[in-house]
Amino acid sequence: MRDRDAAPRLDEAEIGRIFREESGRSVAALIRALGDIDAAEDAVQEAFAVAVRRWPEHGLPPNPGGWITTTARNRAIDRLRRETRGRELLREVAVLAAGEDDPGLPGEERLVQDERLRLIFTCCHPALSTDAQVALTLRLLGGLSTHEVARSFLVAEPAMAQRLARAKRKIKATRIPYRVPEDRELPDRLRAVLAVVYLVYNAGSSGATDSGLCAEAIRLARILVTLMPDEPEVAGLLALLLLTESRRGSRVRPDGSLVVLGEQDRGLWDRALIEEGQAIVRRCVRLGRPGAYQLQAAINAVHADAAAVEETDWPQIVALYDQLLAAAATPVVALNRAVAVGEVQGPAAALALVDALALDNYHPFHATRADLLQRLGRSREAAAAYERAAALAPTDAERDFLRRGGRASRRARR
Amino acid sequence: MPQYMLSVHSVEEEVREPMTDEEMQQSWARISALNEELKSAGAWVFAGALHEPDTATVVRMSNGEVLTTDGPFAEAKEHLGGFYAIEAEDLDAALAWASKATAAVGKPIEVRPFRDDPDA
Repeated sequence: MRDRDAAPRLDEAEIGRIFREESGRSVAALIRALGDIDAAEDAVQEAFAVAVRRWPEHGLPPNPGGWITTTARNRAIDRLRRETRGRELLREVAVLAAGEDDPGLPGEERLVQDERLRLIFTCCHPALSTDAQVALTLRLLGGLSTHEVARSFLVAEPAMAQRLARAKRKIKATRIPYRVPEDRELPDRLRAVLAVVYLVYNAGSSGATDSGLCAEAIRLARILVTLMPDEPEVAGLLALLLLTESRRGSRVRPDGSLVVLGEQDRGLWDRALIEEGQAIVRRCVRLGRPGAYQLQAAINAVHADAAAVEETDWPQIVALYDQLLAAAATPVVALNRAVAVGEVQGPAAALALVDALALDNYHPFHATRADLLQRLGRSREAAAAYERAAALAPTDAERDFLRRGGRASRRARR
Repeated sequence: MPQYMLSVHSVEEEVREPMTDEEMQQSWARISALNEELKSAGAWVFAGALHEPDTATVVRMSNGEVLTTDGPFAEAKEHLGGFYAIEAEDLDAALAWASKATAAVGKPIEVRPFRDDPDA
């Protein structure tokens, strides 16, 4: 419980923060009640205006989330009463609400079927583009404003508003259902939801400035874990994000180039995030239903266990990559596995694996080859590989670093 | 009940072996099985396969007069090969029928909702 006296002053910013925290639940409940996404968003916006007037004077209501939903619902119904079209809608709402109070439906089941769960499956429906899925999820479930979503993805606000409007129009026109998928479709549909959250995280961690997307992705993953406690891949995703996040402070040099895992200052790693992530990984292992996110989390958990890169349990990492490759056979996974194999069997074994991969346009492929060639004493070929990696690098800082021939990486090996 | 258009898209000049009689038979069997399933599920509204686009004629208003021209409206590699109009509860139900249709027809299917429910 929040200590009233210690609570931050209830100014507009603080009220905004509370709304952002609660709005996913409110918007979801209102979409369910009103059958319309725009009407639900407008209603929550109206409730915000009421809160800004009332809360500073009367104090925070005991259950802010409940207050927002109730106020928004009342505002929406008032507004619908005023409009002719609304009166028709209202009759439908009455029908819906009657259905909701169906005594045949056990109350417990209604509690479990959190509306947010329906909402995220609607937002991440395969009939919507990935861009639209990401934007809708952040806007509706994450409670970000259109302006904030646009800024996070470096997209102009009108373009983002249009993207959101088009997606909502498609949901309405094509009647994308507002429901949790059935068991037989769940694996595919869940994959799309997890991919969206992972994409939000990666968009956040690849940006030069902190867009807040990493924290947002972790918050979304936490919501998913509470909504789907029996899905180990959901927990696996949260663990992966926490463990990745634990290294954020050591991942980028002042010039903006990336520091590879082996060279990071492990003293900067966030122990609290590591412990939380590792605890989830252990729970996942006990469940015995591995998947790609859990395995990636487990690999990160092993890295986090080593106080220094020399203490890394590489055979364990290779074993986990073997499983990951079986679950998700992508060339990028194979490349990372080859690096781990190199630590166990030496650079020649790794190079043989790497050279068999078709990743010619992927700059880490060439950077990895360069490093392995260097360790084998084949400097001329290494230089060529560094140059190829630099030419493909996405940022200037990365390009400069690779053009310097990854000097730091070679020093660290010796 | 909402209605959806499932349109079958054919790509011209696709390098393809012509179907053997047996393959043709199998294809027809799959399509008529799907048609039966649509009908018994109550999803069937209307369906039809179209002749080749070079049989098309376009009629349009030009300076207040009707102008008739030979050939399809747009010269394109892709053309409408046929369509189903179906009733389905929501997009997921429509996509489930479309998945069966693309498997039966062997061509991509575009799913679009009709603007209004005529029974509403």
